Amino acid sequence: METTALKAKAAQIRMDLLKMIHGAKTGHTGGSLSNTDILTALYYRVMKIDPANPKWDGRDRFIASKGHSVESLWCILGDLGFFPKEELKTFSQFGTRLIGHPNNKVPGIEMNTGALGHGLAIGVGMALAAKRDGRDYRVFCLMGDGEQAEGSVWEAAMAGPHYKLDNLVAIIDRNRLQISGSTEEVMGLEPLEEKWAAFGWHVVSIDGNDMEQLVRTFEAAPSIPGKPTLVMANTVKGKGVSFAENVAHWHHHVPNEEQLALALAELSAAIESYEQEGLVR
Amino acid sequence: MANTIPNRQVICDTLLELAKEDRDIMVLASDSRGSAAMAPFAKAYPEQFVEVGIAEQNIVGISAGLAHSGKKPFVTSPACFLSMRSIEQIKVDVAYSATNVKLVGISGGVSYGALGMSHHSVQDLAVSRAIPGLAVILPADRHETKRMTEALVKHEGGAYIRIGRNPVEDVYENDDYEFVIGKAVTLREGGDLTIIAAGETVRVALDAHDALKEAGVSCRVINMHTIKPLDEEAVIRAAAETGHIITVEEHSIHGGLGAAVAEVVVQHKPVPMRILGIPDEPAIAGKSAEVFDHYGISAGNIKKIALDLLGR
Repeated sequence: METTALKAKAAQIRMDLLKMIHGAKTGHTGGSLSNTDILTALYYRVMKIDPANPKWDGRDRFIASKGHSVESLWCILGDLGFFPKEELKTFSQFGTRLIGHPNNKVPGIEMNTGALGHGLAIGVGMALAAKRDGRDYRVFCLMGDGEQAEGSVWEAAMAGPHYKLDNLVAIIDRNRLQISGSTEEVMGLEPLEEKWAAFGWHVVSIDGNDMEQLVRTFEAAPSIPGKPTLVMANTVKGKGVSFAENVAHWHHHVPNEEQLALALAELSAAIESYEQEGLVR
Repeated sequence: MANTIPNRQVICDTLLELAKEDRDIMVLASDSRGSAAMAPFAKAYPEQFVEVGIAEQNIVGISAGLAHSGKKPFVTSPACFLSMRSIEQIKVDVAYSATNVKLVGISGGVSYGALGMSHHSVQDLAVSRAIPGLAVILPADRHETKRMTEALVKHEGGAYIRIGRNPVEDVYENDDYEFVIGKAVTLREGGDLTIIAAGETVRVALDAHDALKEAGVSCRVINMHTIKPLDEEAVIRAAAETGHIITVEEHSIHGGLGAAVAEVVVQHKPVPMRILGIPDEPAIAGKSAEVFDHYGISAGNIKKIALDLLGR
């Protein structure tokens, strides 16, 4: 998918997830909005996947280590046809497969996550298996920035470069907010890029809500053979919805009718402008 | 002649043999290849060996990733850390995600006797038993360890295995029997009471059987090598046929073998029971044998408990 179409797709996914969260009256709104561009770039452009054959051997693997922002992922998997899109209406309802965290009973989900700090070690294992078997698939692992406070992240951070896993791409959704406030107030992370570089990662810092930069970065990885890549995706929590942007309260706040209407109007306008942009090109 | 081969070495030897044919078998260590006796495997199959360093959360996560990719990882790490420091990874990455990871806790129980409570692993059965779908296994001797390892390679799903550090006296005469996960082995028949043991206490239970025989007590001995899924049928039959049960374990009296057996007994065939293990205290430091002796995990004490239970 071309970049302009990806931008429009991301806006559509944001609309879908807001409707879904509104309908379910629960969900992690802020973090899902911040990582939507990252997931859209991966799922509609970068990753080798086959929705008709979710367990295809050669597929790239994705692990949502920040499992709580699964809403954008559910909407994308539904949109791509991993399961009937209609099922999004069951999100967080009694007995559903589409729970508030990734669930590998749903096609397209590799591993169950939800406990923070687990994903990267799993990614190391998957990437290591690929290396040992001489396979060429890549492993993408999305973490939160608040998640960086988990010690287990750094155990895995040590192992990736040790095993020269250049088929591993870790992404930090650096939106600078966690449930209790700013990451730097809760538990200071900076200088975060230097920490990852010191652990032996090739660190690339980008605007994580900029589709061109996302696509370029993910497609280029690994740019240094023998080194895993850490993409510091600087994002805005609540991205795309004016009143939710950069507000910690929206971590898991649910939009009311009025807020939903306003958000959908903003996102529709964005889609229209992307369509115009596409026509101009 | 006394056995001189520790169970950890048997696991390595068996995996070395099986790995010839099965390139998916992998062994992981957390700076523990020496204590797990896995150095020969690391040397023979470097492509099937992964060193993770001292990082028990990481070793379980990495194993889950390997298993997801079709590998059959055997994690070998001290039981005290593997079973508890990484219990959340075991719950989420192994059990919840249904990955085929075998967690081999080495130097379990009070094997690291003199190193103190930090290194004792006498809560591992309680925590691992509470994880859905996780098999929990304690082999009794080197022969059973060999058969168990072969069975684990074929078994699809997560398992926690606890072995001790030192060689244990043989329980079986040879390895000519079938090890079935979840199927207890009746080692001695008897009608007055049943001793149920697992791991290194099976040998103690057999010695207690002999001591009780001299006292005219007919004692059944069950090797409950799988704590989960527990062989409920064997327990119910023992309760019905012998009327009294003593459990013996190298574990806290809370949440281990005795608790597992008691859960079945009280719900299906209530009979008088005694649970022998480590009391609710930081266990005393010393050699395994000394610690066992201190807490009465001995043939003599079991005989005393049995006679008391039988009112003799």
